[in-house]
Amino acid sequence: MKFLKFLFVGIFFGIVLVKSEAVSWYRIFEMFKFQSFHMYGIIGSAVLIGIIALQIIKKYHIKSIDGEAIVVPQKAKNYKANSIGGVIFGLGWALGGACPGPMYMLLGTGVFAMVIVILSAMLGTFVYGLIKNKLPQ
Amino acid sequence: MKFLLNPWPWYVAGPLIAVTMLILILFGKTFGMSSNLRTLCTIGGAGKYADFFKFDWKTQKWNLTVVLGTMIGGFIAANLLSNDSTMALSEATITDLQALGFSNIGATLLPPELFSLENIFTFKSLSILIISGFLVGFGTRYAGGCTSGHAITGLSNLQLPSLVAVIGFFVGGLFMIYILFPLIF
Repeated sequence: MKFLKFLFVGIFFGIVLVKSEAVSWYRIFEMFKFQSFHMYGIIGSAVLIGIIALQIIKKYHIKSIDGEAIVVPQKAKNYKANSIGGVIFGLGWALGGACPGPMYMLLGTGVFAMVIVILSAMLGTFVYGLIKNKLPQ
Repeated sequence: MKFLLNPWPWYVAGPLIAVTMLILILFGKTFGMSSNLRTLCTIGGAGKYADFFKFDWKTQKWNLTVVLGTMIGGFIAANLLSNDSTMALSEATITDLQALGFSNIGATLLPPELFSLENIFTFKSLSILIISGFLVGFGTRYAGGCTSGHAITGLSNLQLPSLVAVIGFFVGGLFMIYILFPLIF
């Protein structure tokens, strides 16, 4: 039962991204061509509200539902990895139009081609794990 | 009900994505979809090959549950909350995609040229699906996050590594669309 709330979060998130077309290959193309405000509006408004909300959470020391202090984990400062990995991610995102959330949502909408994308993404993560120590961090 | 069935505008979707992140944070978790790829590798036995995959995947069950939910959400959105309207893409986008050889642009969420069952086993489509998935899976772990972890959570938390990663996402995306797309399509 304790997982049920996470199932609902996922359902909610999936509906939002599909209904707003953020999972669409066409919308990603349009975004990288700067031909519509749609994706920038989605990401921009999410971040703006996120910034304000996280500041409020920190200022008032709001606790999680388990009563724990809320700490948003710091991302590791590996700027070489952040930038090179980011570029590699961007190449794939623009090519296939799917990032790691939408690939599951699109499978749910009935696009079975996403099975291939998901398995390939797992393979990409697996290869990263194998050669991680040889990459510039 | 009609407003639910029509495509949702950005000023509805953006705030609701922020809500998704905040709910997970209030549940004592984080908003990061790409971690699940690592978890799935671990479940598949990748720990035998690299220490990176040696962790107790059961600690990530909650996030796999989110993934299951997103699939159900996708099903609901496509089958129960849809009126099959054509996407309102910009004219410039439609013109550009026509020039690259696409047709029926925006009739479905994804171009059938790449994703329909009839086309996915052509050499070109299959290569695109495999290469794009691989780059996303490799790049996200190397960068330390994806759109949810870096672009939404990291930027909301004003973290420099996330800004660097998001700039990287755009450098890669722009290179793909402006330089490589004319060669691929």
